Amino acid sequence: MSGSLLGTVGAAGTAAGAPRGDDAYVPSPLQRERDRLRRRAAARSALVAAASTVVLGTLLWLVVTRSPGWPRVRESFFDWGYARRSFPSILRGLALNVRVMLVCEVVILVLGLVVAGCRTLRGAMFFPLRLLAAAYTDLFRGLPLILVILLLGLGVPGLRLQGLPDSTVFYGGAALVLTYSAYVAEVFRAGIDSVHPSQRAAARSLGLSNAQTMRYVVLPQAVRRVVPPLLNDLVSLQKDSGLVSILGAIDAVRAAGIETATSFNFTPYVVAGALFVLLTIPMTRLTDALGARAERRRGLGGAV
Amino acid sequence: MTAPVLEVRRVRKSFGGNLVLRDVDLAVEPHRVAALIGASGSGKSTLLRCINLLETVDDGVILLDGEDVTDPRVRADEVRRRIGMVFQAFNLFPHLSVLDNVTLAPRKVHGTDRRAAEEHARELLDRFGLAGKAAEYPDRLSGGQQQRVAIVRALATRPRLMLLDEVTSALDPELVTEVLAVIRQLKEDGMTMVIATHEMGFAREVADEVCFLDGGAVLERAAPERLFGAPIRPRTRQFLRRVTEAGRLAGAEAPAGHDGEVAEVPAPAEERSGPDVEAS
Repeated sequence: MSGSLLGTVGAAGTAAGAPRGDDAYVPSPLQRERDRLRRRAAARSALVAAASTVVLGTLLWLVVTRSPGWPRVRESFFDWGYARRSFPSILRGLALNVRVMLVCEVVILVLGLVVAGCRTLRGAMFFPLRLLAAAYTDLFRGLPLILVILLLGLGVPGLRLQGLPDSTVFYGGAALVLTYSAYVAEVFRAGIDSVHPSQRAAARSLGLSNAQTMRYVVLPQAVRRVVPPLLNDLVSLQKDSGLVSILGAIDAVRAAGIETATSFNFTPYVVAGALFVLLTIPMTRLTDALGARAERRRGLGGAV
Repeated sequence: MTAPVLEVRRVRKSFGGNLVLRDVDLAVEPHRVAALIGASGSGKSTLLRCINLLETVDDGVILLDGEDVTDPRVRADEVRRRIGMVFQAFNLFPHLSVLDNVTLAPRKVHGTDRRAAEEHARELLDRFGLAGKAAEYPDRLSGGQQQRVAIVRALATRPRLMLLDEVTSALDPELVTEVLAVIRQLKEDGMTMVIATHEMGFAREVADEVCFLDGGAVLERAAPERLFGAPIRPRTRQFLRRVTEAGRLAGAEAPAGHDGEVAEVPAPAEERSGPDVEAS
């Protein structure tokens, strides 16, 4: 083997000594050997991946189905009949989750950006705004979401203020917005801080004001950079949209709970869980795809 | 004598107790070029940043067309509109195309409408051999092309004064020549400039006056022939000798501090950059 490889190296050496045009290019024996080795390695890793997946899957299946309680569990969690019966009402509940999610996402992105913008303002005039924004993010990043929902949903209606809707979904959504905007604001702020000061200097040297620099130079770059962590927060929001049910709104989780209460079978919960996963998968894939695209654009990676 | 475009009088600046500029004086008349030379950390960049009000001075006065721009009541944005600045690291906006990089300030700061701004931008890009690059993004360009775009961006607002901060220091020797060709063109157009540079041969060729900065102070200020040919201060002589030696050791084009070889530096530069400028 080593002898033949040495031979090919010698051949490649002579080939390189006489440069040819691209049309006449024939891979050197050394390169052909490398290609063959790489193909073989690729085939081997595909085989190993397939085999290990099958083995692990079979093992898991055996452990679960051979466990002593499996027949009972299958009955109460994976009953096809209950799944079909509960599906329509859970789907109706899920429609509420989707509505809450879509509306909240938009409001959160706007509010988060505004709060982040306030925190980066300069000048004595803006001191109270900066202070307010900082206090807001500190408070709502620290408060558990469930507490915010309960305090808001049970407390604010008690004020009997005119003009506020009395729907529980509204207060649940407001709590989601308040909590998530604090997180999203910090994500935006990190993005703003990550834009190099030299970009600011270049913009200011052209005569752009501080606000114009923010609007045309800093923010566009900052937002692009934080798209992956932002999508991460939105995926998380999709799941937490279920928490509006604490206040009594019937979302997918609550609908599943109602079904379960009437039948004493837990299959509806599994159905709701599966639907949530199906809902978040496209978002997660989108996050990955965007991250991969950014990576490719930067041309990183190389041989490793 | 015409009134200077820029006058710097006894400017002081320190960063955290570290004195970076010590009573610096400088005056640049219209259509003239001043070169700032000196080791890294001698205060060249700081002086340029002070002139452009990116830094505030601790003491002294900077006059732009006779107006004291160091007065705290002066609107900094207004002053910067009249000055074009080019940075060592280009600092192009990576999220904007070449054309948008160039038209951003004319449109948003000077209120030029998009059509007129783009027309002017294309004209300038064309002149500096970048006609085909208007739609490209900065990271698709070579360093020399990026720096030429940065120069065009600074020019697009029709500045009264250009500040060039070591604009070739981040470039390969080959790319340096194409950028220097652009600056030469600016001088021919009559642009008033202050150039911080390590290219001694270029400073000698293009500058009307050369200032040698050392430890934040102007040690010598003279016409290039005098300063490079017969430096008075021992420190200046030492600096020029070191630069020359470094150039030879690196096998570069030897920007010499003495006569003869200096004049030859720009010639191959133009030959090499000429066809490239036309091709791109």
